[in-house]
Amino acid sequence: MNTFLFFVLVALTTVMLVYLYRVVRGPTAFDRVLGLNGISTKAIILIVLLGTIFGRVDMFVDISTGYAILNLVGALAITKFLEERGERE
Amino acid sequence: MILELPLLVLLVMTAAGAILVKDLVSGVFILGSYSFVLALVWALVGAVDVAFVEAVVGAGLATVFFLLTLSRTEEKDTELRRLPVPKVALIGLPLLALLMLYGAGDLPVFNDPRSPASTHLSPLYLENSVEQTRTPNVVTAILMDYRALDTLVETLVIFTAGIACALLLRNGAR
Repeated sequence: MNTFLFFVLVALTTVMLVYLYRVVRGPTAFDRVLGLNGISTKAIILIVLLGTIFGRVDMFVDISTGYAILNLVGALAITKFLEERGERE
Repeated sequence: MILELPLLVLLVMTAAGAILVKDLVSGVFILGSYSFVLALVWALVGAVDVAFVEAVVGAGLATVFFLLTLSRTEEKDTELRRLPVPKVALIGLPLLALLMLYGAGDLPVFNDPRSPASTHLSPLYLENSVEQTRTPNVVTAILMDYRALDTLVETLVIFTAGIACALLLRNGAR
C-alpha cells in the first residue's frame, strides 16, 4: 500500500512539472492562471497523501483546507486584477 | 526520502522562472507556484506549521499584495530593465556559494539524535514544559512562555507593518 501511495506521489509531482511548463511559457496570462490553479490542486492532493503516508491525516488535512481557501482568494485576486487592467500579453 | 529531489528540482525551476520571465505579472504567478512547492518541501520534512505559514503568507497574501501593488502603479514604473551582470558578481558569487557549502558541511545531519540541539535544549523543553507552563502543546509553550518577550516584539513588528500597509493601500492613495 505504501509503495502504491509513493508512486502516486511521484506521478503527481511529474504532472506538476507539466503544469509548470504552461505557467512559465504560457503565451497569455490566462494560461498562467490556469496552470497555477492546476499546480495548487496537485499540491493540495500531495499534502493529504503525505499525511496518509506519515499516518497523521488529521493534521495535514488542516493545511490542505487552508491551501484550498487561499487558492480561491488568490485566484479571485488575480482575476480581479486582470479585469481591471485588461488582457495583455 | 527520494521524493525530495524532484521537489527541490521543481523549486529551483520555479525560482529561475520567476526571475527570467518577461513581465512582472507572470513573475508574481510563478512566485506563487514557488511558494506552493516550498510549502510541500516543508510538509515533507515534517515542519507542518512552517508549511502552513508558507502556504498562507507566501502563496496567498504575498500574491495578493504584489498584485495590489502592480494595480496601483503605472506600466512605465514596472518596466523591466536588465543590466548586464558585472564580472565581479560572476566570479564572486560562486566562490561565496562554495564557502557557504563548505561551512554547511560542519552542520549536524538532518534528524540526527546526537546533534547539540536535540541533546541539550529539546529534552529540556519536552520534559519540563508541562509542569512549568501548564500548556499541553510544546510549541505553544516555547513560543508563548519561554520566548514570550521575543513573540511580543515580533507581534509589534507585524502590527507596524500592517498599519503601514493599510495606510499605503487606502482608497485613492497613489
